[in-house]
Amino acid sequence: MTTTVERTEAVAPVSSTSDKSRAERRLGWYLAGPAFAVMLLVTAYPIVQAVFDSLFDYRLTDPQNSAFVGLGNYGVILTDSVWWTSFGVTVLITVVTVAVELVLGFALALVMLNALRGLRPVLRTVILIPYAVITVVSAFAWQFAFSVDSGFVNAWFSFLGTTADTDWFGTQGSSLFVICLAEIWKTTPFISLLLLAGLAQVPDVLQEAAKVDGATWWQRMRRVTLPNMKAAIMVAVLFRTLDAFRVFDSVFVMTAGANNTETVSFLAYRQTIERVEIGLGSAVSVLLFLSVVLISVLFIKGFKVDLSQARGE
Amino acid sequence: MSTREKVGWGIGGLVIIVYCLFPVAWIVSLSFKSSDDIANGQFLPTVFSGANYEQILVGDAAGLFLPALVNSFGICLIATFVSCLLSMFAAYAIARLDFPGKKLILSTALAVAIFPVISIVTPLFNLWRQIGLYNTWPGLIIPYLSLTLPISIWTLSAFFREIPWEMEQAAQVDGATPWQAFRKVIVPLAAPGVFTTAIIAFFLAWNDFVYGISLTSTEAARPVPAALGLFSGASQFESPNGPIAAAAVIVTIPVVLLVLLFQRRIVAGLTNGAVKG
Amino acid sequence: MASIEMCHIVKQYGDGYPAVNDVSLDIADGEFMILVGPSGCGKSTLLRMIVGLEDITSGDMVIGGARVNEKAPRDRNLSMVFQNYALYPHLSVYENIAFPLRLAKVPDDEVRKRVEEAAGVLELREHLQRKPANLSGGQRQRVAMGRAIVRAADAFLFDEPLSNLDAKLRGQMRTEIARLQRRLGITTVYVTHDQTEAMTLGDRVCVLRKGVIQQVASPRELYEQPVNLFVAGFIGSPPMNFLPASVDGTSLSTPFGTVELGAERAEKIRGHDLLLVGIRPEYFEDASLIDEAKKPHGSTFTARVDVTEWLGDAQYAYIPYEAPAEIAEQLKELSRELDSDQLRTQAVVSIDSTSRIREGREAEFWLDTRKVHVFDPKTGENLTRDAEAGRKLTEMAEEDRVEQVGRAKV
Repeated sequence: MTTTVERTEAVAPVSSTSDKSRAERRLGWYLAGPAFAVMLLVTAYPIVQAVFDSLFDYRLTDPQNSAFVGLGNYGVILTDSVWWTSFGVTVLITVVTVAVELVLGFALALVMLNALRGLRPVLRTVILIPYAVITVVSAFAWQFAFSVDSGFVNAWFSFLGTTADTDWFGTQGSSLFVICLAEIWKTTPFISLLLLAGLAQVPDVLQEAAKVDGATWWQRMRRVTLPNMKAAIMVAVLFRTLDAFRVFDSVFVMTAGANNTETVSFLAYRQTIERVEIGLGSAVSVLLFLSVVLISVLFIKGFKVDLSQARGE
Repeated sequence: MSTREKVGWGIGGLVIIVYCLFPVAWIVSLSFKSSDDIANGQFLPTVFSGANYEQILVGDAAGLFLPALVNSFGICLIATFVSCLLSMFAAYAIARLDFPGKKLILSTALAVAIFPVISIVTPLFNLWRQIGLYNTWPGLIIPYLSLTLPISIWTLSAFFREIPWEMEQAAQVDGATPWQAFRKVIVPLAAPGVFTTAIIAFFLAWNDFVYGISLTSTEAARPVPAALGLFSGASQFESPNGPIAAAAVIVTIPVVLLVLLFQRRIVAGLTNGAVKG
Repeated sequence: MASIEMCHIVKQYGDGYPAVNDVSLDIADGEFMILVGPSGCGKSTLLRMIVGLEDITSGDMVIGGARVNEKAPRDRNLSMVFQNYALYPHLSVYENIAFPLRLAKVPDDEVRKRVEEAAGVLELREHLQRKPANLSGGQRQRVAMGRAIVRAADAFLFDEPLSNLDAKLRGQMRTEIARLQRRLGITTVYVTHDQTEAMTLGDRVCVLRKGVIQQVASPRELYEQPVNLFVAGFIGSPPMNFLPASVDGTSLSTPFGTVELGAERAEKIRGHDLLLVGIRPEYFEDASLIDEAKKPHGSTFTARVDVTEWLGDAQYAYIPYEAPAEIAEQLKELSRELDSDQLRTQAVVSIDSTSRIREGREAEFWLDTRKVHVFDPKTGENLTRDAEAGRKLTEMAEEDRVEQVGRAKV
């Protein structure tokens, strides 16, 4: 008799524990659900809508004549040199800025790591200033510095052959140079902070062991430090690449796309917001989105970037 | 470290300081140039003048700048608050509870963070016009969540993971009710993380330009960066550069203050979450 | 003050695995009970069920005569010292210790008096205003103890409180805990995997294995009369040696010669052929250093010594031996279960520190055959356990405890 009592006792609580874990699951989704739903709402919905819109020849000023054109818009874009120019410019800006930022950011991180104790907090504070300054403000600062009517660069660099009316924003190459400068200035600090965190994670004993093993400073850097912070480097490069690919603010402020400095984001903006060509603009947006997805996939599959590293775990 | 190395790293440090502050110093300097002085070709103004500040604060351009400043503060603070609130619940669930979908939520946040903003703006532009959110505060607050929410979730989850949650249990053994344990132990431990997350989220919202110029048309909702980008000066004959520089300085002050006050926390938050929007 | 009674306690997780399986254990008022076992044996789970941080799947938990299964931790009036101390990082040492009193809304004067008193006992007076992050490991440990003793709790619970300290500090804190417990005379449950702590601190020790109690007894009884292979192997350092043996009349033949058991014990192992003999290292000795009078109580054998370790006050010699594959496999399994990783079958022999036996040489050893135990390799059961002798040892320990508590209270 006692055994039967015990058995019923034993069965009931078991189901209560699974109740408990079910309750935990439900609570988990109750808590995280709203944030999840909002994220989907503000991104998934628009991109689906964009894909839909991109299949129509649809102009906001002329809604009656909206017509289904299938992939026609994509055909128009991909055969137009405007698209390929802006795509090329975007790739160029991305490659140049990320490469320079990586090298420069690593140098900054090394300085911050090795600077005197008293200087370190100062450096960590000033390095955040470019990060915190609004992109538009940074773009203006660099534009004004180089511009003919308010800049000082031409005067300062006259020994390199600049004159008072050297127009930096008059040609594609020099315009892109200034745009890249502004982008690099603004975002290098972020990279350097990520790399500094990566550097700090390489244990000192490894350095000491390498010293004992007879490695020079450069060998220690290349064979010990860099391989051990590969994850931090890849995460920094991935995020910066995707970020740079979306470049828009600096271009808008500095050149407004003049002299073939239009980027993909800017093209999409111009088509949609200025020319209200919703169909064409959406198609550009979708192409931009696909490029970003492609870059991410290449990075994650190709370089095996472990994004859990991004959490510093 | 030898003295020579010390000096070398010290010089490196000075280079960093110049690197970071130079463009900021330049825009400040420019903002104090009078309209005749703008084209002097020098870094510093010949005479310091407050004319540009006067113009944007009380003069002709005040009607454009001041409402934009109010819009920026209002919209960014609300967006920051909402995303902190939502992400607090989400991060708690991710750090504390065991439920399927954790990974899904974090990956979604990551995907949203790398999402090209312009791809969101195109359909929203159309939709907001149809449902009347175009050129309104909510019309910006909602898309701003796509900027602030992902980073808030990541940063906050990283912070919450580091909270010694067994403290809550220790407090209960010490005689605390669950509510007391939460209020007296968990809240003081979690508050710095939430605060840091709020600062970083605010930076992102404050920095926005694309949504600002695309989804607004008048000063009813246009935030400062968009107003700056579209500002063309009081008259066609006067260079707008001076007033723009002055406005740029004013919008930079809040973020620089935040940086100076909370430097340590921001660095921790950025590298913990390791995601930039 | 309270006794703690556990009656058929079961803890089953979602996947149905019982972390604690049908544990019944009575802890007397004022007793120092140790829960010990290798990692994953359920000892911490059991402790957390006592304090209420873990739900009880079935069974009754009775503290001070009242069933507490459904009570929240705060209603059980117990104090606990956590493994990583669980000090509140945002509170000063003073406020950490005062925390339970603040929750109970004790007036400030009283709080100050009691915190200072606890701080005095634990020598924390000069650290009261510091934050936990600025304390050393030993100091943090004492703050955690302070928080536990400041409240008049019914019992103390310790969850491996010394495992984060270095060896020297661990020894000091161990005696400190023992002194404090006797002084306060408070019921204490202490979880550890360290058998030195188990042996030195406990009035009684409860050995757990995979959620099941193996034996509850005084340290002496565990040591001298273990119920099975697991307890015998777990208690003692260096551990007990297990040698394969085959029965030969009233004696056993082992790799180290013949062990004579005598008629009484031989009776207990009748019907078995392959057995395990358990011999503690100190039952051996260098044969050349043994009194002639003592010699007949044991047997002598020669063996080649692999390694010797001279420790000043003691000396260990390691002697490899061959074991049948089946036995070797079982011994390996056992050592894995005991969290050790024995690579080879070898016996550890404790010899006098003056012994001239050196590694690589053949040497003659003496073995005290009166104290060996014989285990059934299949069930692990100790076939030669003398329950009566064991009971006496535990009774003696109980008498000692009553005497000590009585003296501390005067």
